[in-house]
Amino acid sequence: MSNFYPDENGRFGSFGGKFVPETLMYAIDELELSLEDALADDSFINEYKHTLMEYAGRPTPLTYASRLSEQLGGAKIYLKREDLLHTGAHKLNNAVGQALLAQRMGKKKIVAETGAGQHGVATATVCARLGLECKVFMGEEDMRRQELNVFRMELLGAEVIPATSGSRTLKDATNEAIRYWVANVEDTFYLIGSVVGPHPYPRMVRDFQRIIGDETKEQLREIESSLPDVITACVGGGSNAIGMFYPFLEDDVKLFGAEAAGKGLSTEKHAATITKGTKGVIHGSLTYLIQDEHGQIIEPYSISAGLDYPGIGPEHAHLAESGRVSYEGVTDAEALEALTLLSKAEGILPAIESAHALHLAFEKAKQMTSDEILVVCLSGRGDKDVNSIKAAMEKESHE
Amino acid sequence: MSKNRVLEAASSATYPLFIPFIMAGDPNEEATIELALSLEDAGAHILELGIPYSDPLADGPVLQESAKRALLGGMNLKKAIDLVPVMRQRGLTIPVIIFTYYNPVLQMEEETFLHATKEAGADGILIPDLPYEESRNISAAAKERGLANISLVAPTSATRVETIAKEAEGFLYCVSSVGVTGTRDTFSPEVYSFVNQVKQHSHVPVAVGFGISRREHVESLKDVSDGVIVGSAIMKQVQAHVDDLANSSTRQNALDQIKGFVSSLISS
Ligand SMILES: Cc1ncc(COP(=O)(O)O)c(C=O)c1O
Repeated sequence: MSNFYPDENGRFGSFGGKFVPETLMYAIDELELSLEDALADDSFINEYKHTLMEYAGRPTPLTYASRLSEQLGGAKIYLKREDLLHTGAHKLNNAVGQALLAQRMGKKKIVAETGAGQHGVATATVCARLGLECKVFMGEEDMRRQELNVFRMELLGAEVIPATSGSRTLKDATNEAIRYWVANVEDTFYLIGSVVGPHPYPRMVRDFQRIIGDETKEQLREIESSLPDVITACVGGGSNAIGMFYPFLEDDVKLFGAEAAGKGLSTEKHAATITKGTKGVIHGSLTYLIQDEHGQIIEPYSISAGLDYPGIGPEHAHLAESGRVSYEGVTDAEALEALTLLSKAEGILPAIESAHALHLAFEKAKQMTSDEILVVCLSGRGDKDVNSIKAAMEKESHE
Repeated sequence: MSKNRVLEAASSATYPLFIPFIMAGDPNEEATIELALSLEDAGAHILELGIPYSDPLADGPVLQESAKRALLGGMNLKKAIDLVPVMRQRGLTIPVIIFTYYNPVLQMEEETFLHATKEAGADGILIPDLPYEESRNISAAAKERGLANISLVAPTSATRVETIAKEAEGFLYCVSSVGVTGTRDTFSPEVYSFVNQVKQHSHVPVAVGFGISRREHVESLKDVSDGVIVGSAIMKQVQAHVDDLANSSTRQNALDQIKGFVSSLISS
């Protein structure tokens, strides 16, 4: 398979690698060996799949959006319903996989970072289920913006630690989680939330998220006896997108990633890493990132806390460079409009992150014919976002 | 390979080597230059000149804050390297190591970075987020120019120690304990056996860093290691005197106080 990445150095083409302090190298090597061993062990894979089925609600449905498809007058639109997964987003697929691996490695303490709180909630959830100690770093600013998710994590028994450095958002929470890991590497497992970080994290998270794409392929084969023509997914770090895309990389399917264009690509307020970023190293990985000419990382912006990250998974950087996947910016306003449209047409309130993928899907669908098929990865539900959606809409109507 | 000042310093000095780290541009360029000179005066054998970075993964709060101040003042990799010839002009003779995270180097491009570093009269580089596996190319390119790429080993390096030590240049930076930079109250006794183990494999001097902030620390490491690296403890002093250092009329007094602290730390 020509897309069989990463290579033995943890590279996806020229991207990826392990750019971390020496103190972590042993832990990363140990993780790599344990991961190989676990992925080759049927009993581990069965336990992972069983947990996702029996505890988390997999498989998630593939829903045909009939009214919406009709309204747009183009392709048939299907929604892969990760919003129906336990805790309300795709993040749990990965958290379950990594927590089971931590348990297998004999680690009883988990540390994680979170932006909006979705990965933090997923991690706290699986830690409660498996009886693991859980610490979650969250930017002080995000804790304020996502107060309810902080409380949810605490209810689940996790300790939420404010990240007070830098701009106090996801980037800084990740820095703090890594620093904590450096100091506690001997007994703590770092459970990263997206396909980012040093090798083997991007590969591991992809392998725990590819179940999204594998199921989609199977479900569509049953319903339509065919492959989709187009797939769209939103891209923060890129885990739901790679999980959806990966099983289709070798197929004749057009793949589109929606990046957060915030207030617009011509402004400074965006998180469109591939469209506007340059090559560099962030959180242990060589990839694209938003930075200044001196290599200082710039804080990104998006209405969606889950897409508000200055880097992107190295595999996406590679897929962009090779041209296999196209990445396009979607603004706050476009995402909000798509969110409203889906809510009213189908009775599904998507996460504001997922609404970015929806906008891109609608644009593509309109240019397609009614016998063509488009799948959107609906990465999460929008309940967590109602307050910020309300605030944004009120602001818009005042402007 | 041309003879390198780092190796000369290491071979001619009386041990333990004293290797201070300072952050370029905290609080401004002139303070950094004068601090470097005053540290040589206080007995420094090698200087680590740190480049401020927005996301310093291996650093604790003291160096994070220090970097933030320096960045606010407009410091960057190029400007920091350009300080070295000024230091030299004003009498600095000890070897200088440019200490930087990898991303600024990537933006400048490795070749340009190494060329500028050498031209400026610096003697080595240290990139804390570039482990052995990722550093082979830049190490070789640095060596060709007569620059030492300083490697780190950590208590968790285990079987990696031998490989890293074998290829070490200049001196080997032995991380005292797991965790990020910062001042620590005490060290685990394991540090002594760790340093001993590292020394068995190393053909260059072995210096210990991370957390060294008290005279007892220096005393207790004196016999086991070939040197000590002190960063956060010095930059904590800078932080305490930051306003005086920023201002030319009060700077000398602040420098004297920092020098006093350093002397009390290292003189036996
Ligand atoms: C619902 C949802 N979708 C997408 C994302 C973005 O992450 P990723 O790009 O890793 O899928 C998040 C992150 O918090 C999320 O909560």
